[in-house]
Amino acid sequence: MLLTRDAIQFSWQALSANTTRTFLMLLAMSIGVGSVVILTALGEGARNYVTAEFSALGTNLVIIIPGKNETSGDNPMGLIGITERDLTIDDAVALTRHPKVSRIAPLNIGGAEVAWQSRKREVSVMGTSHEFQKIRQWEVAQGKFLPKIELSRGSSVCVIGSELRNEIFGAHAALGQWLRIGDRRFRVIGVLDSEGQSMGMNVGDSVYIPVASAQALFNVPALFRIFVEVKTREAIPKVITFIKSTLKERHQGVEDVTVITQDAMLATFDRILSALTYAVAGIAAISLFVAGILIMNVMLVTVSQRTNEIGLLKSLGASSKAILNLILIEAILLSALGALVGLVLGQLGCWGIRSAFPDLPAYPPAWATIASILVALITGVLFSLLPAKKAAQLNPVIALSKR
Amino acid sequence: MIKLNNIQRNFLVGNQTVHALDNINLTINDGEYVSVMGPSGSGKSTLLNLLGLLDSPTEGSYFLNGRNVTELDENEQAMTRNQNIGFVFQVFHLIPRLTAAENIELPLVLAGISESVRKERVHHALESMKLLDRAHHKPQELSGGQRQRVAIARATITEPSILLADEPTGNLDQKSGLNVIETLELLNQKGITLIVVTHDAALGARSTRSIGMIDGRIDSDSVDKKSANHSGNSPGESDVTHT
Repeated sequence: MLLTRDAIQFSWQALSANTTRTFLMLLAMSIGVGSVVILTALGEGARNYVTAEFSALGTNLVIIIPGKNETSGDNPMGLIGITERDLTIDDAVALTRHPKVSRIAPLNIGGAEVAWQSRKREVSVMGTSHEFQKIRQWEVAQGKFLPKIELSRGSSVCVIGSELRNEIFGAHAALGQWLRIGDRRFRVIGVLDSEGQSMGMNVGDSVYIPVASAQALFNVPALFRIFVEVKTREAIPKVITFIKSTLKERHQGVEDVTVITQDAMLATFDRILSALTYAVAGIAAISLFVAGILIMNVMLVTVSQRTNEIGLLKSLGASSKAILNLILIEAILLSALGALVGLVLGQLGCWGIRSAFPDLPAYPPAWATIASILVALITGVLFSLLPAKKAAQLNPVIALSKR
Repeated sequence: MIKLNNIQRNFLVGNQTVHALDNINLTINDGEYVSVMGPSGSGKSTLLNLLGLLDSPTEGSYFLNGRNVTELDENEQAMTRNQNIGFVFQVFHLIPRLTAAENIELPLVLAGISESVRKERVHHALESMKLLDRAHHKPQELSGGQRQRVAIARATITEPSILLADEPTGNLDQKSGLNVIETLELLNQKGITLIVVTHDAALGARSTRSIGMIDGRIDSDSVDKKSANHSGNSPGESDVTHT
């Protein structure tokens, strides 16, 4: 009986003898596997990126959004709530009464033109409190963050992002300078060290002022968000209950806010982006299916071209099962090698993406790598069954007489 | 010993049944040197395919060394071919991508014999066929005579009891043909049963027993008693009287 090692060697010799055909089949299979690796790496990278962004918001964080998420249609995050009663600074202050609440930071957001001497720039203006820095775990490069004052008190001070500092002040010292924001003037008391995106805004290209000053600047008494940091993870449910009951009481018995936790946000994004990753993996897997069909076609041609050889092998004592195995081993070798090349190509592609977009952690998930190899092997074998059976069933007399 | 009883091999061509072999009764003893001759379509090759277990009879039974091989399943027939029967073809049927040594090694590979044993036996076969210096040459780098000697080495590497040769000199020049037939005869003298299908009367005349076929039937079965006695083998019998 044909030894496995000899069968592999024989099949390998057959593949090596026709390099063009083998190369084309390897290319087809490797493109399939490489696509799965790259596309899932993109999906997983996006998921990890978003997760990291939300994790960076802080720890044990609860976010209060005005309006109920039921009022915002299909929006799963309830990010655009609609309400008749605004969130106010007094609402935020009321929430500090719970013993498990460690920090509170209200947030107002607007856009305004900032100017210093002749330099002007349109930036995002965030009205918040000194605790926002601790909640967001930001570092201050120069000076300090906003002062610890009552939330209802305004102050003509501001903290600017590093990018904004460079654009407006250039080589000049920023600290102590008066910066015009809209129609008001604020003294720069600090420059943030942190960069990146936060809630769609560029942290480094924003300016931070006390929340009461922002309300006055934009003439908007309503808050955009209230960030609540809870002392322990276990206390989060109790604090949420407290928030809801307190705000309901303050809003004439109407529960008109949406309270979301970091975990809930992360879980939602995780679900959405995981589904996206699976979807792109599925799309990429189609190319593996196409590669399988190509392997079947080429193997059918191969069997046809090697009819004589198959007849000879039978005359020398090869059973139909041995012939079937030889053809299947060729397919497995092709698929395995194609998968291997595809993995290398995929990893190179991921490396290229990471080099081009350093913020995107485009690493393929282990399940995708394993699944793509398995699908490649299974596809290769399944699509070779027909040509292998055809070869095994060849009549040796007819096969030998074929010229 | 080969014993065919009432062998019938029919083919359906369109609506017509063609009797490629018609009621063949034949006995070939171990060590005989038999030539099968006859015009095209007389059933020579069909008979050879049946003897080599590449084809099965429509009716009748085939006993090989006392065993009814027509009752064997496909795997057992393949194993029997591998261990008991060697084939030499007119067109050599060497695999172009394999070297001479690798082509010779094939039946041993199919039999699952270990590499060390294979290498030793292939070396011995190459040596006996005077092909040692051509061991690593591909078939296309060999002459016709060398190719056929590689094919003979391959056919005999498993030390079969029967060697079936279908027009073994048909693709060779006279000198190479003679060389090949002498190689086959040498193997016969060492005890192998040699059955040669040929159109070549001169080649047929070299055998100790000559079977003539016409229209799927054995028309004549003559024994050269002198040669048969010389080679020490006693002929078997067919349904045609020996001359």
